[in-house]
Amino acid sequence: MSLENKVALVTGASRGIGAAIAEQLAQAGAVVIGTATSESGAAAIGERLSAAGYQGAGMVLDVTSPESIDNLLQQVQEQYGVPVILVNNAGITQDNLLMRMSEEEWFNVVNTNLSSIYRLSKAVLRGMMKARWGRIVNVGSVVGSMGNAGQANYAATKAGAAGFARSLAAEVGSRGITVNTVAPGFIDTDMTKILPDDQKADLLKRIPLGRLGKPEEIAAVVAFLASGAGGYVSGETIQVNGGMYMC
Amino acid sequence: MSSIEERVKKIVAEQLGVKEDEVKAEASFVEDLGADSLDTVELVMALEEEFETEIPDEEAEKITTVQLAIDYINANLA
Ligand SMILES: NC(=O)c1ccc[n+]([C@@H]2O[C@H](COP(=O)([O-])OP(=O)(O)OC[C@H]3O[C@@H](n4cnc5c(N)ncnc54)[C@H](OP(=O)(O)O)[C@@H]3O)[C@@H](O)[C@H]2O)c1
Repeated sequence: MSLENKVALVTGASRGIGAAIAEQLAQAGAVVIGTATSESGAAAIGERLSAAGYQGAGMVLDVTSPESIDNLLQQVQEQYGVPVILVNNAGITQDNLLMRMSEEEWFNVVNTNLSSIYRLSKAVLRGMMKARWGRIVNVGSVVGSMGNAGQANYAATKAGAAGFARSLAAEVGSRGITVNTVAPGFIDTDMTKILPDDQKADLLKRIPLGRLGKPEEIAAVVAFLASGAGGYVSGETIQVNGGMYMC
Repeated sequence: MSSIEERVKKIVAEQLGVKEDEVKAEASFVEDLGADSLDTVELVMALEEEFETEIPDEEAEKITTVQLAIDYINANLA
């Protein structure tokens, strides 16, 4: 298996896309640390991994808290060693028309989706530089390229994630570290369950494949980028959206 | 136990892939020893490990020559 014993950190692995990513990296042989915001969520991740016979654990992380990040990394390093794969997946939406968007809605989304990428990437880079090998994959969104009414905050963070990846890719490529973004279209998770039915029907008309994506279909692309096979892809944004937005 | 000066020079030579006798006290990492900006970051990381300390970013930026590295370690650790 291609990721044999490499330590991988996946944020927001309790459900949805992050859970699928954790599973596929573990299946490829990685030691996966999947995070959740609650103790019970973290415990459930650990149970899922061990029930499937995979290596790794669930741990608590709030990506908006530098202390929480410090604690997590200390724990990971003591128990498993330094992560050389980081998947910045945790993310939220707080949609509103810009005219109505509060400072709080803006900053919550920026802090959770984008500042988290700065904090976590910076925290794991030292280990990757020493290992002369590393993979950072940001989970972006089609909305970061396409834009979407009511999601100015979210779209800004997802476009930001891609720009961040390109810049960091240029900085640390010489150390064998790749940095990429996977930009999902509409995927069947809790995040899209809240969409009203008429909006969903409308959306499906704009997706050539005529369906929402599955979390595993995003995870497969992340796993490819993390693997040896994806080793020459860096600074790239890979769109995985059923053809809904082609650039 | 080797002196701080010797330990610093050894690390600089290792990190930047130069011979130890090229690592003169007044040598600048970037101008004389061919380091790029990322090399200097890694060099500070290596010094932190060797001397079991943490060098704050704003201090690290000022360490641009071999002598400045030796001075920093002497001032903060000796
Ligand atoms: N679903 C889509 O259609 C879609 C489309 C494009 C991009 N994406 C992106 O894909 C990623 C995953 O989305 P999803 O649909 O799988 O979302 P989801 O089902 O809503 O899950 C979100 C995950 O993020 C975690 N999380 C939320 N706030 C956090 C915080 N402050 N600190 C740490 N973790 C936090 C959650 O942990 P808890 O379970 O503990 O709350 C959960 O694991 C997100 O970045 C999202 O923007 C999703």
